[in-house]
Amino acid sequence: MSNINRRHFLTLAGSTLAATALGFPMLSFGASKHVVIVGGGIGGATAAKYIRMADASIEVTIIEPNKTYYTCFLSNEVLGGGRDIKSIQFGYDGLKKRGINVIHDLVTAIEPDTRKVKISSGKTIRYDACIVSPGVSFNWDAIEGYDAKVAEKLPHAWKAGAQTALLHDQIRAMPDGGKVIIVAPPNPFRCPPGPYERASQIAWYLKNNKPKSKIIILDNKAKFSKMGLFTAGWERHYGYNTNNSMIEWISGSGGGKVTRIDAKNMTAVADVDFEGDVINVIPPQKAGKIAFVADLVDKKGWCPVNQGTFESTRHKDIYVVGDASVASPLPKSGYAASSEAKVCAAAIVAKFNGKDAPVPSYVNTCYSILTPDDAISVAMVYRMGDKGKIIKVEGSGGLTPTDATDVMRKREVTYAHSWFKNITHDTFG
Amino acid sequence: MKYKMLTRLFMLLVSSLISTVTFAATPSATMLANSCAGCHGTNGSSVGPASPTIAGISVDYFIETMDAYKKDERPSTIMTRIARGYTDEEIKLMAEFFAKQPFVRQPQTFDTRLAKKGKKIHKKYCEKCHEDGGTSSEDDAGILAGQWEPYVRFSMEDFTSGTRTMEKKMKKKMKSLQKDHGDAGVDALIHYYSSFE
Repeated sequence: MSNINRRHFLTLAGSTLAATALGFPMLSFGASKHVVIVGGGIGGATAAKYIRMADASIEVTIIEPNKTYYTCFLSNEVLGGGRDIKSIQFGYDGLKKRGINVIHDLVTAIEPDTRKVKISSGKTIRYDACIVSPGVSFNWDAIEGYDAKVAEKLPHAWKAGAQTALLHDQIRAMPDGGKVIIVAPPNPFRCPPGPYERASQIAWYLKNNKPKSKIIILDNKAKFSKMGLFTAGWERHYGYNTNNSMIEWISGSGGGKVTRIDAKNMTAVADVDFEGDVINVIPPQKAGKIAFVADLVDKKGWCPVNQGTFESTRHKDIYVVGDASVASPLPKSGYAASSEAKVCAAAIVAKFNGKDAPVPSYVNTCYSILTPDDAISVAMVYRMGDKGKIIKVEGSGGLTPTDATDVMRKREVTYAHSWFKNITHDTFG
Repeated sequence: MKYKMLTRLFMLLVSSLISTVTFAATPSATMLANSCAGCHGTNGSSVGPASPTIAGISVDYFIETMDAYKKDERPSTIMTRIARGYTDEEIKLMAEFFAKQPFVRQPQTFDTRLAKKGKKIHKKYCEKCHEDGGTSSEDDAGILAGQWEPYVRFSMEDFTSGTRTMEKKMKKKMKSLQKDHGDAGVDALIHYYSSFE
């Protein structure tokens, strides 16, 4: 025991010495603390900004391969035709202006013992704390016949950008009377209401442009997020539960469990074959790749963390925020990622200043837009429970009331757009 | 000997870190306020187009508003659901935090002619409580000048339709405003508030 402690102590002391002697290979940091952030999505970028806001003496470096980030949230509105894809695109100039270093490269390894991050150019970067915000990756072997290569033709569009544009193009090129198949993923996955908002948005486009067309959602679940509100919305706008419904949802037990994709014949194979003109497969998910490389995942493929600080329970001084972390009951949403990043940032700043981790508080707010005049939402406030686990604050939160008026649901659209502008500005601005 | 002491020190440090990570207390004002920023903007100044800026408003107005949401006495989309997540103490902390932040305005589109008309209307019916052209939060008045237009419009709709209650003084003024200028007067007022940058 004391041997391990001694070694650990010496490693810590040694690495501090090494850091002082060698400095940072690309930028000089002097004696200040250095936080390296792996991944510049909502979680990573928000953490960077909020660390700098709380303590400008801390050096922050984001390592992110892409120069532009496309938000997943509101990418469905691009499919519905109500939003230009450029409006969901964000760069890193705002963060650079805050003195945050941004390196566009890929992290290939994280070494917890020496507290170093390796990037593909061969350089190594030292950290005092490393925040990993890798988002999700796909289980490509879960559905036979569907992998990264096939996704270039049958898009998942679950990471926004080129995939969103591809799916949008395919829906626009589809004939009137065609069929769109959406294969929804099993839990847990990024953006739980997302597949159903997507169906709503595509339905909006089809209703106005190709009204004879249909959407079939093949789901392996028995129920889904905001289900009652979605189906009521589909009844209001898309003839749901009538013979002429534009949207059909097939549950797992109802024959919606897809086992194979036959891309050549444009068929999703469940209990029976479903042919489609457009097939959108949202594959089962796990933490982003670097989380696996850095040994941050549990058996289920997600990253266990101290839910009060988001420090990995597997490796010291490495923190995991956003979709990749195990933070349930917080959902895997953009707002949750932002909220987690702020809690994590505050914990790291406190630690560097010799203070205890602050008492956390978390919020999630999530809108789904059904038509340009009709949106629904879910919101919740969370706090730390007795057992070190995040819990919902009793009596708080919940869904848009089922008896909400048309006027109020129209306001929710306006507030959804406001949510988008503010969260992206709060992240990248 | 030295090494033993170092080990002990290190152990002490580790155990103190572990033992202090308990979460029974109230979060700090900053911790609470930061979680509002996703909708209301960093430090409470919204970049639009609808969620209101909550920076710079008075402590009492903030508390009163959150209380009204909690009790479902004020119409809202999600704020009723959010407000119920906080204790009175937490709401007070947030109120104090946002009261200290500057109300940062963004340019909005407005009709110059209507804004001019609205300015006169404001002076006659509103200025007494919403001082300095609606820029002031004195006497717990909501800041109107430069507030986001859709939010102001929704609020006016709720006041005039009766789903949101007005204080006696405001009710009286609103009645005479409506009588003298009708809905067009309210519209002009909204344009005036949107004209602030």
